[in-house]
Amino acid sequence: MPAITFIHPDGKSERVETASGESAMQAATRHGLDGILAECGGNAMCATCHVYVDESWLARLPAMADDEDALLDGTASERRPASRLSCQIKVTPELDGLIVRLPERQV
Amino acid sequence: MTASGTPASTGPASIPHLDVDPFDMTFFADPYPAHQLLREAGPVVYLDKWNVYGVARYAEVHAVLNDPATFCSSRGVGLSDFKKETPWRPPSLILEADPPAHTRTRAVLSKVLSPTAMKQVRDRFAAAAEQRVDALIEMRSFDAIADLAEAYPLSIFPDALGLKPEGREHLIPYASVVFNAFGPPNELRQEAIARSAPHQAYVAEQCQRDNLAPGGFGACIHARVDDGEITATEAPLLVRSLLSAGLDTTVNGIGAAVYCLARFPDQWQRLRDDLTLARNAFEEAVRFESPVQTFFRTTTRDVELSGARIGEGEKVLMFLAAANRDPRRWDKPDSYDVTRRTSGHVGFGSGIHMCVGQLVARLEGEVMLTALARRVAKIEITGEPKRRFNNTLRGLDSLPVTITPA
Ligand code: HEM
Ligand code: FES
Repeated sequence: MPAITFIHPDGKSERVETASGESAMQAATRHGLDGILAECGGNAMCATCHVYVDESWLARLPAMADDEDALLDGTASERRPASRLSCQIKVTPELDGLIVRLPERQV
Repeated sequence: MTASGTPASTGPASIPHLDVDPFDMTFFADPYPAHQLLREAGPVVYLDKWNVYGVARYAEVHAVLNDPATFCSSRGVGLSDFKKETPWRPPSLILEADPPAHTRTRAVLSKVLSPTAMKQVRDRFAAAAEQRVDALIEMRSFDAIADLAEAYPLSIFPDALGLKPEGREHLIPYASVVFNAFGPPNELRQEAIARSAPHQAYVAEQCQRDNLAPGGFGACIHARVDDGEITATEAPLLVRSLLSAGLDTTVNGIGAAVYCLARFPDQWQRLRDDLTLARNAFEEAVRFESPVQTFFRTTTRDVELSGARIGEGEKVLMFLAAANRDPRRWDKPDSYDVTRRTSGHVGFGSGIHMCVGQLVARLEGEVMLTALARRVAKIEITGEPKRRFNNTLRGLDSLPVTITPA
């Protein structure tokens, strides 16, 4: 199964195994990872599953939908070009090894 | 209340039949023993009183919520099956709809109630919470339901929607009808509908574009007509969804939070020591009390759920409140813990119909609890709390308290 590495703001990194069909957010919450809140359960409503995708991976992710784009304007930590909502990143085998950074805050 | 092991049908596993009436006054007065009975009887139960299936464990409630193609909403999320009975009012275009129709209306309300929209109302909501606490500190002894849980949302939500000042006294009674109407044809439902005409007339009128102030949530919904996202006949019905679901729910949510914090002084102290816990303290109250107790779905096909076979066209009652205290899912489910990792609770539902107003609810809860915890040292319950009875909503009618300022 593809694995994702989450890097916390303090530099500590955590590798999380994903299950098939899961989003990066679901993998993170299933492992009880701190730093992904996911208040809305993946409904693209809350923007509390915000991550910064590693530069080297950014281009390899499917493009974001309009609703994700709009939501990212409401994140608690600043939006950057690498900002994505982890609930909208479905983990496919091609994304094995994906690296994302966690923002300072989610609310 | 007894569980008899009679097999329901030819299903692969026998479905326990229970004679529990989850819409009965004695059930409402203390639902917890019955919730436990429902959970422990099996993953799927059958309630003979109303001829419906029931799920009370977290896993099954979550599964039903997340399979809208099998467990649909368009035949009503109450007991009444819209395929067999005429709904008491025109169905909701979002709550009582399935994809693809639901997808379109949901997108509109999601945008109107988005995080960006919350940033715009946040300061106003927070200032009103401070003002409410000023008034409460002045009073010292008051009813935490009327003077706090109702007064606060009433001071902000109708304005945020853009409603006229006149007639707002219809709002809570209208919501009470809506939530009673999801229940079976018991006295609560029949009486509520019988007395609903003036409230319905008020609501229908206020949903019209001309009656909604510019900049409010209501006007924002109507603005989507101009973009072609919804039609001019759909817009008023979507405004109606906010009038139905946006006020009484938060009244009961804030009421639940205050009731929890007044009953569990150690948790109140933890919140006072760390105000950043306010949002989670509210969320945990929504899990713990589950202001919205139940919703139904209707099966669109024969289905097997955790070994139980359910035929097409059957009503399935989801006990959100029981799932939120299922020991299979939650550590110490019966304790209120402001630091609990609440993520995954079903108090706001789950999946495609998960509460579209959740950000409004959390914002109100967070700013109210922050203001209270900053300025109040102690909340003491000084009289017997009185319960309010509704087929869907759980909450108090009155909660006499005395506060000590910090
Ligand atoms: C603590 C307060 C609240 C609670 C506990 C609550 C609970 C719920 C639940 C359980 C559902 C799921 C219904 C289903 O699955 O059939 C829901 C849906 C909904 N809620 Fe809330 N709610 C609250 C506040 C609000 C507010 C403030 C609004 C409006 C501003 C709102 C508007 C709605 C609407 C329109 C839906 C239908 C969504 C859909 O079907 O896609 N709610 N709510
Ligand atoms: S979990 Fe809410 S937007 Fe991703």
